[in-house]
Amino acid sequence: MDENKGVLVYGEIVDGKLSSTTCELLGCGRRLAEQLGTGLACVVAGTGAEGAVEGVCSRGAGTAYVGSASDGIEALLAVAVAAVEAARPSIVLVPHAGFGRELGPRLAFRLGSAAATDCIDVKVDADSGRVILTKPVYGGNALADFAADTTPLVATVRPKAMSPEEPVAGTTCETVALSVETPAPAAKVLDRVEEKVEGIKLEDAATVVSGGRGTGGPDPFNTILKELAEVLHGAVGASRPPCDNGWAPESMHIGLTGKIVAPDLYIAVAISGASQHMAGCSGSKTMVAINKDEEANIFREATYGVVGRFEEVVPAFTAKLKELLAD
Amino acid sequence: MSDLRMVVCCKQVLDPEAPPTSFKIDSSMKMTLPSDIKPVIGQYDEFALEAALRVRDAIGGSITVLSLGNNFVRDVIKKSLAVGSDDLILLEDAAFEDSDSWSTAYALSKAIGKLEGFDVIFCGRQSSDWDAGQVGFGLAELLGLPIVTLARKVEAVDGKLRVEQVIPDGYQVVEVPTPAVVTVTSELGNLRYPVLKGIMAAAKKQPTIWKPADLGLEAGEVGAPGRKLALDRLYQPFKEAKCEIVDGETGAEAGANLALKLREAKVI
Repeated sequence: MDENKGVLVYGEIVDGKLSSTTCELLGCGRRLAEQLGTGLACVVAGTGAEGAVEGVCSRGAGTAYVGSASDGIEALLAVAVAAVEAARPSIVLVPHAGFGRELGPRLAFRLGSAAATDCIDVKVDADSGRVILTKPVYGGNALADFAADTTPLVATVRPKAMSPEEPVAGTTCETVALSVETPAPAAKVLDRVEEKVEGIKLEDAATVVSGGRGTGGPDPFNTILKELAEVLHGAVGASRPPCDNGWAPESMHIGLTGKIVAPDLYIAVAISGASQHMAGCSGSKTMVAINKDEEANIFREATYGVVGRFEEVVPAFTAKLKELLAD
Repeated sequence: MSDLRMVVCCKQVLDPEAPPTSFKIDSSMKMTLPSDIKPVIGQYDEFALEAALRVRDAIGGSITVLSLGNNFVRDVIKKSLAVGSDDLILLEDAAFEDSDSWSTAYALSKAIGKLEGFDVIFCGRQSSDWDAGQVGFGLAELLGLPIVTLARKVEAVDGKLRVEQVIPDGYQVVEVPTPAVVTVTSELGNLRYPVLKGIMAAAKKQPTIWKPADLGLEAGEVGAPGRKLALDRLYQPFKEAKCEIVDGETGAEAGANLALKLREAKVI
């Protein structure tokens, strides 16, 4: 369908407003639309959709599609299909988070088109004019560039891979209401158990202290690592092995299938630095590694490192930091 | 609910736990270079197998393993039988090579259509090579089935599936009627070790092999020609390793020196 043009962003609403990832996608979408010489549209649906329209319009979208829908994935997917039919985009950008990880691929299959997930870059190839999607593969050991001739191409984009678009006050855009009928979903939610993490959110912390397999058990997460994080006003995270072993809750998991963080300072304690974990923290501004194995891959990723046992290194590190920061 | 008919989709991949340094790419050929990285069943596929086995432990049923690819290492893929699955069907042919999520899901959906009915399709949340995480969704869309993702626990209760689905900061309990697709994540727990009886039984079993023609598929619909996503480039980003190692007479001294170094570098 050659007449498909334009960029469509599927917005995510968190706590009543556009998620930071959506703002990143709007920035990416605006740049893409400029390079492709087309327009940018954004679709929002579910709770808080009406209120999010202003945020959409102020970030460069020419059209905001508002789906009257419940929050379930089947309803959001039906809105996505309707938005694609209305906007006829050549590319759809979806956050690779929450419902987006499901909505993106399902939208592509439903439309008989292609999707690439967890993209860290979306750009237009200068020579061919095609949109190129870049994503980590082999657990983060390599990168793949994908393109497609089917349309619309769907890309789910990794949070924090793009910079967010700042709103420009006073901009307006066309608003189109989409009403879709969704059959009652087959799956029913019976219960919800949320383990509220106290303190600062991992994704928002400017400093993250993470523990890996080498911590050997749950204690360091409640003592040594927690004390270090507190001195730096940061949050505690973990690689996958401690979470799989039950030493740390899954909510602390940083990695390819966990949370993606990009703090100013990331301190990796007893973490080997496997690609799956690096995928979750490679955006960190400064990385510090503490590991007793000098061959550990983490020392190829970090800027500063200490080769030693974390039980000896970290308490002294924390004490000295406390001293220095007291000035 | 008796005799739950379960299908588990597995893929043979290079061991994702291999050290990053042993992993090499031939960019011009857009493929991985031969190395001593051993082939294994994908990590998340193993969790999917464990999910099926636990359901069978609880209420009984059958487990058929389905795998698409070429040149399967029999010992590797037959681990799925050794841990207790009943049947293994391989979609094994050069024509299936270089599939993307679309051509994989499409071929698998045809294979599932050939089975004498099924109640649950278990998949890992993503493959350990391309990390696309799409085939489960593809099967749900192509076969018109409900799908529940990121299962950390799966039970069959009163004719339905009850799944604990991982959500940010917790989980939710989702009930879904069968037939359905369930994708499984690591929180479910490791695949059990095969016992000797299982290993010996697996050694005697021969997998069923299906070719594209057996599924009514044309050459253009499978493998590389059947792709909707084209691989333009495969590469390893150049990483300049420049870690400054901070020393000390003891671990504690090194730790204190590290703090001083970070202060000096204005990191803290």
